[in-house]
Amino acid sequence: MSVDTTLTPGRRVQALLHRRPALRLTGLLTPALVWLGLFYLVPLALLLATAFFDTNSFTGRITYGFSAKNVVDVLTTPAYLLTAARTVGAAAGVTALCVLLALPLATYMALVARERSRPILLALVLTPLWASYLVKVYAWRILLAPEGGLLGGASPGYGWFAVVLTLTYLWLPYMVLPVYAGISSMRGSYLEAAADLGARPWQAFRSVVMPMLAPAIAAGSVFTFSLSIGDYITVQLVGGTKQMLGNLVYANFSTDLPFAAAVALLPLLVMAAYLITIRRTGALSRL
Amino acid sequence: MPAGRIEWRRRPTALLREQEREIHMRCQTAVRSVALVGAIGLALAACGGGGVAAPVLDDSPPEATAYAGPVGQGEGALSVLAWPGYAEDGSTDRAVDWVTPFEQATGCQVTVKTFPTSAEAVQLFSTGEYDVISASGDASLRLVYGDRVQPVNTDLVPNYADILPDLKNKPWNTVGGKSYGIPHGRGANLLLYNLATHPTPPTSWSDMWETGSPAAGKISPYDDAIYIADAAVYLMAKRPELGITNPYALDQTQFDAAIALLQQQKAMAGEYWGDVVKQGQGLASGSLMEAQGWQLTANLANTGATSVGTTKPVEGATGWSDTWMIKKNTPHINCAYQWLNHIVSPEANAQVAEYFGEAPANPKSCALTKNPDHCAQYHAEDTGFWDNVYYWTTPIEQCIDGRRNVECIGYDDWVKAWSKLRSS
Repeated sequence: MSVDTTLTPGRRVQALLHRRPALRLTGLLTPALVWLGLFYLVPLALLLATAFFDTNSFTGRITYGFSAKNVVDVLTTPAYLLTAARTVGAAAGVTALCVLLALPLATYMALVARERSRPILLALVLTPLWASYLVKVYAWRILLAPEGGLLGGASPGYGWFAVVLTLTYLWLPYMVLPVYAGISSMRGSYLEAAADLGARPWQAFRSVVMPMLAPAIAAGSVFTFSLSIGDYITVQLVGGTKQMLGNLVYANFSTDLPFAAAVALLPLLVMAAYLITIRRTGALSRL
Repeated sequence: MPAGRIEWRRRPTALLREQEREIHMRCQTAVRSVALVGAIGLALAACGGGGVAAPVLDDSPPEATAYAGPVGQGEGALSVLAWPGYAEDGSTDRAVDWVTPFEQATGCQVTVKTFPTSAEAVQLFSTGEYDVISASGDASLRLVYGDRVQPVNTDLVPNYADILPDLKNKPWNTVGGKSYGIPHGRGANLLLYNLATHPTPPTSWSDMWETGSPAAGKISPYDDAIYIADAAVYLMAKRPELGITNPYALDQTQFDAAIALLQQQKAMAGEYWGDVVKQGQGLASGSLMEAQGWQLTANLANTGATSVGTTKPVEGATGWSDTWMIKKNTPHINCAYQWLNHIVSPEANAQVAEYFGEAPANPKSCALTKNPDHCAQYHAEDTGFWDNVYYWTTPIEQCIDGRRNVECIGYDDWVKAWSKLRSS
């Protein structure tokens, strides 16, 4: 096969890629796959493997032999499962509260507010994301202090309620954004059509708006749920004596890495189950 | 209650251990390389078999010899792993600096890394990045048996001669007659209380443990497994029939009693503490009434108005006695010895003790503290004060109180029990 020597090297590469679709695909996918593999799948595999190692309790050295002890321990000890359940409960609470707050807020922003003020409202919703996480949580710690706090006697004190409240504050923008986008993309004519056909506002909301918003809410809930389930700092600051799964990992990783890895499998399982459920709603394709 | 010299039962297992170690190392390499291509299962299968950790504690410590000396010219660099406040180079506060004079005198450039808990100290030191470490008693033995540190030739540390005899040759710094470090200072975990709610100072830990306590809901225990020993200290006084003589040597019955007491306390706890500033604020504001904590916490909280009091209750207390240790095979051995000598010199020891808020190990430093009463306030030389202070020690399965007819609960089970307690 003769090669046209008048072609520049760039042209030649172009031609080659045109002739070989497989090469084209490889070139496009390799960077992403290497990234995914090296920084996501390998660490995940190492985490999984570590959970099945053991530690010499005294010296803290890992012994590299297969042992299901830690995993069995985590999956059969009521205290750990209870912590997992509480963590899921808190994350679900945060998600529910975020939906409750985001729906009217996003509806107002997308449908009621004047066109010109929409970008401003959107910016306002996003501003808290610019402040440091720790500053915000410490502010809530001071706000909710049971004695001498700003709320005084009205404070609920430190505990689960405070944790859910603080996390809701932290993650609300992640719910507002997709819901706002969802409502914005909904055509006003749908609502008009519903009204023309005699639907009351509530019925229109239930049978027209909600089915269309469900994927947006599901997408937002992936953020609020996963961010909450992995959080362990907020609960240290406003949770009183309460603990979440992250605290259990944190408390053990320096003395017993395999055990911490075994505990870390719990949120992994929960998130996997959650994502599979969410996938059914089609939300992931809309992200 | 002296814990007595630990007699390490020697077993002819050295060869066996050597083989085990080799197998582990091989598997370690295999796992690492195989993991990279993602076929973990294969590696696991190859390395299968009982992964249960050998009870190291019956073994003698790894063979090691101390540096023969003489301490010569420094190697130009030293990496220090220390409790916060132990190796200040002026970066926290310009006026607080005993690292720079050392650098100027020896030419050893010092880098400092700090840690918040003994558990993290052991983990960090195990990376091999650090030449010297300030280890509390619940870390030192783990480092010795983990083969991370080398014995220290105290003859090469001139200032060692001045150190209080009360701190030398203790089970947490001396193993098999060999010294593994230089004592640095000590302190007690005190009962801290909010002055406004305590017109008369408390004298007992009872309000932190007993049901129906007036401080219920506003109690702040330490958030670490080693706090189980605090429960044991209280039980030593309240339930003598349990026969606890050393809070770090608990058999199953004693351990269960301590955990039950901690469960009882948990219902009344406001916040477990890990941060001295947070705890100090809580005590000053009244959102906490009673806490286990450090003198440092009270000092920090009392900078404005005096609102937090401290006392060592009649039942006694846990505490710490820290030791500077040297990494095994460090390339900076001369700098390390010079550092050990510098940090317990009267000048440096006085500055550390005063800045951190503890009793210095070198009594000559007492004349150099800015507060002339520092040593008296911290009971540096008042040996009687320390009689019922039980320094942090790593609990091991072989009871360190000398009992040989029972097995004690080891450190990993302390950590597990603590995790369960905190999660329940």
